[in-house]
Amino acid sequence: MTRHIERQIEQLKEKILRVGTLVEEAISKSITALINRDSHLAQRVMASDEEIDRMEVEVEEECLKILALYQPVAADLRFVVAALKINNDLERMGDLAKNIAKRVAQLAAGEPCELPPEIRLMAMQAQEMVKQCLDAVINADPSLARQVREEDDAVDAARQKIRKKVLQGIKEHPENVETLLRINSVSKHIERIADMATNVAEDVIYMVEGDIVRHRTGD
Amino acid sequence: MNNPADRLVAVAAGKEVPSEVHQQVLDERPVLEIDRFSLWYGTKQALHSITMPISHNKVTALVGPSGCGKSTLLRSVNRLNDLVPSVRITGDMRLNGDSIYDPSMDVIDLRKRMGMVFQKPNPFPMSIYENVVYSLRIDGENSRGVLDEVCELSLRGAALWDEVKDRLADSAVGLSGGQQQRLCIARAIAAEPEVLLLDEPCSALDPIATGKVEDLIQELRGRYSVLIVTHNMQQASRTSDYTAFMYLGRLIEYGPTTEIFTKPILRETEAYVTGRFG
Repeated sequence: MTRHIERQIEQLKEKILRVGTLVEEAISKSITALINRDSHLAQRVMASDEEIDRMEVEVEEECLKILALYQPVAADLRFVVAALKINNDLERMGDLAKNIAKRVAQLAAGEPCELPPEIRLMAMQAQEMVKQCLDAVINADPSLARQVREEDDAVDAARQKIRKKVLQGIKEHPENVETLLRINSVSKHIERIADMATNVAEDVIYMVEGDIVRHRTGD
Repeated sequence: MNNPADRLVAVAAGKEVPSEVHQQVLDERPVLEIDRFSLWYGTKQALHSITMPISHNKVTALVGPSGCGKSTLLRSVNRLNDLVPSVRITGDMRLNGDSIYDPSMDVIDLRKRMGMVFQKPNPFPMSIYENVVYSLRIDGENSRGVLDEVCELSLRGAALWDEVKDRLADSAVGLSGGQQQRLCIARAIAAEPEVLLLDEPCSALDPIATGKVEDLIQELRGRYSVLIVTHNMQQASRTSDYTAFMYLGRLIEYGPTTEIFTKPILRETEAYVTGRFG
């Protein structure tokens, strides 16, 4: 016989994964829109954020219900607490995808411009991190989560490179300042997405091992 | 991944498994030391070489499924099992350094050093006042001043004073179940015990009375060394500083209650406290 709380936790897991899937899609579409200067696709990403927000509230209510009605302990407690935090981070990733889409719409409306090659690479890395952190949630896999934490450094480095290039570009072509600043902010949003994926990974480590690894390096 | 109950399956098959005792427990000053204590009822072994220190002025909860030996262990502390003819033991327990099972130990003296509260409240058929001061009376204390003071302090200590101070001469049997149980705790602490043993003290009480007794146990923290047996996992998590998980007569894991209920070391403990097993 399955215990009632196990069924509730299973349902919660499914809901979190639905949010995760929506967010992954939003990020992927916002990057595609960026590369193809596709403002229609960017509009669709912006519209899809509402669904993510709605689901986030639903997941949070589900977590509160489990805490109030079942008073989970040990692994169950850690799962519900991690779910609350992961849910939050996923919603933030959704917002960041929306922010990228907004910049894409502005970029598409302006003069054509060349994206720094690092931004594609960085976007691919961040997307891979999001995918991996969600896989780590599904499979309760702390070693995959640790890998995600390590990958964040590469994204941060790429972001710094782009920032420098943008500053250089502004000096050389001050007339392109708006476009360059938009590119800079896209790279910042991508970097933040990778940060959120790292947070999710850290919550997976807590969920499985009970250790809070945030603010610690080398774990 | 191994089955979360591997160790428990091994225990059920009669294998010896080491206990997982957290360092924090070992760092405490013990009031009671249970040392390789085993107990048999006839040929059936009920406790298997239990070694666990019970911390001074802390609340320690014993949890585990029915038949795990937690009540047997509690009753062994004040040698209530001596009354069962077929019982045989090995190992020892020490109360503040004194061997409990030493042949020279006077059992009556020993029991005076401990208080015990049972599942069903057992007030004596006498007044509330006489219940509380009973242990002093049998020790020959007759000074009204001393008795009055101990009575008030003990009833206050058991969070019962305000409810009964105007009717101390009334029969204790007329109190509600929850009040009777707190009276039994007052009677126990009147003797200033070195350890207070509580054997499922709330199992015969309604939720409100249970809440009051649980509040009282929390109040006792820091002032008395309490060893409590409970079936109710949430009661253990709410009232104790340390929790010991027992299974089929073995100590499986023993550590700070917050650790046992948030991140136990063993998957077996996790399976038990989350209700996946037992």
